[in-house]
Amino acid sequence: MAVSQNWLLRPFQERSTQIFLGVLFAALVVVTFLHLFMPQDSALHVSAYTVTLLGKYLCYALLAVAVDLVWGYLGILSLGHGAFFALGGYAMGMYLMRQIGDRGTYGDPILPDFMVFLNWGELPWYWLGFDMAWFAFIMVLLAPGILALVFGFLAFRSRVTGVYLSIITQALTFALMLAFFRNEMGFGGNNGLTDFRDILGFNLRTDATRLGLFIATGIALAIGYVICRAIVASKLGRVSIACRDAEARTRFLGYRVERVQLFVFVVSAMLAGVAGALYVPQVGIINPSEFSPLFSIEIVVWVALGGRATLYGAVIGAILVNYAKTVFTGVMPDAWLFMLGGLFVLVTVFLPKGIAGLLKKRQKQPQTQEATA
Amino acid sequence: MSMLEQLTHRDRVFDFLAPVASPVDVRHGPILYMEGVNVSFDGFKAINNLNLTVDDGELRCIIGPNGAGKTTMMDIITGKTRPDTGSVWFGSRHNLLTKSEPDIASLGIGRKFQKPTVFEALTVFENLELAMAADKRILPTLTAIMKPEYRDRINEVLETIGLQQLRDRLAGILSHGQKQWLEIGMLLMQKPRLLLVDEPVAGMTEQEMERTAELLTSLAGKQSVVVVEHDMGFVRSIARHVTVLHQGSVLAEGTMDQVSNDPEVIKVYLGEEA
Ligand SMILES: Nc1ncnc2c1ncn2[C@@H]1O[C@H](COP(=O)(O)OP(=O)(O)OP(=O)(O)O)[C@@H](O)[C@H]1O
Ligand SMILES: [Mg+2]
Repeated sequence: MAVSQNWLLRPFQERSTQIFLGVLFAALVVVTFLHLFMPQDSALHVSAYTVTLLGKYLCYALLAVAVDLVWGYLGILSLGHGAFFALGGYAMGMYLMRQIGDRGTYGDPILPDFMVFLNWGELPWYWLGFDMAWFAFIMVLLAPGILALVFGFLAFRSRVTGVYLSIITQALTFALMLAFFRNEMGFGGNNGLTDFRDILGFNLRTDATRLGLFIATGIALAIGYVICRAIVASKLGRVSIACRDAEARTRFLGYRVERVQLFVFVVSAMLAGVAGALYVPQVGIINPSEFSPLFSIEIVVWVALGGRATLYGAVIGAILVNYAKTVFTGVMPDAWLFMLGGLFVLVTVFLPKGIAGLLKKRQKQPQTQEATA
Repeated sequence: MSMLEQLTHRDRVFDFLAPVASPVDVRHGPILYMEGVNVSFDGFKAINNLNLTVDDGELRCIIGPNGAGKTTMMDIITGKTRPDTGSVWFGSRHNLLTKSEPDIASLGIGRKFQKPTVFEALTVFENLELAMAADKRILPTLTAIMKPEYRDRINEVLETIGLQQLRDRLAGILSHGQKQWLEIGMLLMQKPRLLLVDEPVAGMTEQEMERTAELLTSLAGKQSVVVVEHDMGFVRSIARHVTVLHQGSVLAEGTMDQVSNDPEVIKVYLGEEA
């Protein structure tokens, strides 16, 4: 009955959040334990490779949560969230590049290898500051945040919604992909940024650092999830749903729909940026393919499969689909896209509420009461 | 003194309906003033040199055949449609033609749509919560808490609209008439100075209609109410002052008896029905 008055604490009183955080925490502990304390030859040992793979899934899960926030609760089908993910990734990549220092192939203490290769004399202005971790980490939030702010301001102010908005988000990420492919942009062209050495002084190639990144990603997912949940459980969350279902009506109640959209969109873009930033040190590379329109569509498929407007459904969808992708691209790399498409059709037809819909059916009664208690 | 007493008596019944202090200046005239308003859609004149004033505290009924421009008129007042020419003022201070929909709503103009529009994925209670007069900017909305006095007010409105039993049910499962009531409830939560009510009794039973009539008449005096309605019985039961719209302009204005005896009106409108 006693619903917390602090909007950030409210999620901790929800059963679904408690379960989610419990499962996530348990998974982190179990993986850590199996990695550190099981002998290498044991069947239960989790290798550093697997730890990193799981870390990658968690990054995707955070990205999916960000997409579900805008799609599930605000009704904005963003087909360009890969762009925010990639921008966060590039901000992190720039920091990691500068950490290489004079250990690169060309031994230049300041310039990354690809700039030496292109005969650039000095660092472009927009690379300044990325040698400092705090600056880079702020940019991880600011770069996607500002892009979302400008893009959203223009789009929402002119009341672009629905399919048109989805199409221009695709155009946005496509345009950025083309731009980042160009060497003159100064982001490493189609090779992107790679050959990273260390992060915050820890060698990226050691198992301990990999485990640390995996745990950090788990914590980021937990925080991102709670932030989204807090927004969704607040009055603003209900206003978002109102905007999603009856935009004009919401306006006549005195809410500035475009500002609600902008706020939630920017928060979501920043979370996507964080996911990208954690992804890059774990996979060891960031290149323009993360901007590809297809990737952004894949994210939406994860959310749809997992179940829209639940947040935990997005996590389940992202992890399951990417696990399946890992398995099937190993066996039949060419068939994956067809499989994904087929899966999408099957789920839309037989499980319109996604996998989360199966879970929700059973706990529906207590849930509706909780929402109004 | 007796008038004051009467007012306090009324206040006891619906005291949560008292409008919030709104910066509307009605000392020098009507609460709503429309003059020379024209709107055309692709050359078709939906509103044609419309002049209309509504006094503070008045209950005004607007009737007119289908396509007369009644809904379009509400769209203009609430900022949804911009007229080609003309002026629309709220009190003597606010030029509504320069304001956005949320601004107009915040000034104290509430609206019930012809097709009832409630938030179907939210509960009845939550629908009323969102409609409640409050600071509607982003951060205050994010950190908003459900204070006991808010809860009380929502419960009061729930009682008025007779949906207490359904407070925790999703609005999507309500019947057409119940949705109408919920929307009226949302209107009450906003505490507007001016209520625009588009066809409130469509889909209601005789009994529900009576209660709606009672509610709307009780609002008048403290708030100004503009009701668009097709149901002549209903209009007759609440109307003191009736305006007949036809082809986008005012055809006749007066009491129900005056209007229904007007030969022009009989010709274009009442004639068909009677
Ligand atoms: N957005 C629009 N675009 C084109 N025409 C419109 C638009 N809105 C209204 N109209 C036309 O303007 C005229 C007036 O419509 P309006 O909805 O105001 O009538 P009404 O008096 O409310 O009728 P009803 O009693 O059927 O609700 C109609 O002929 C309608 O077709
Ligand atoms: Mg109408």
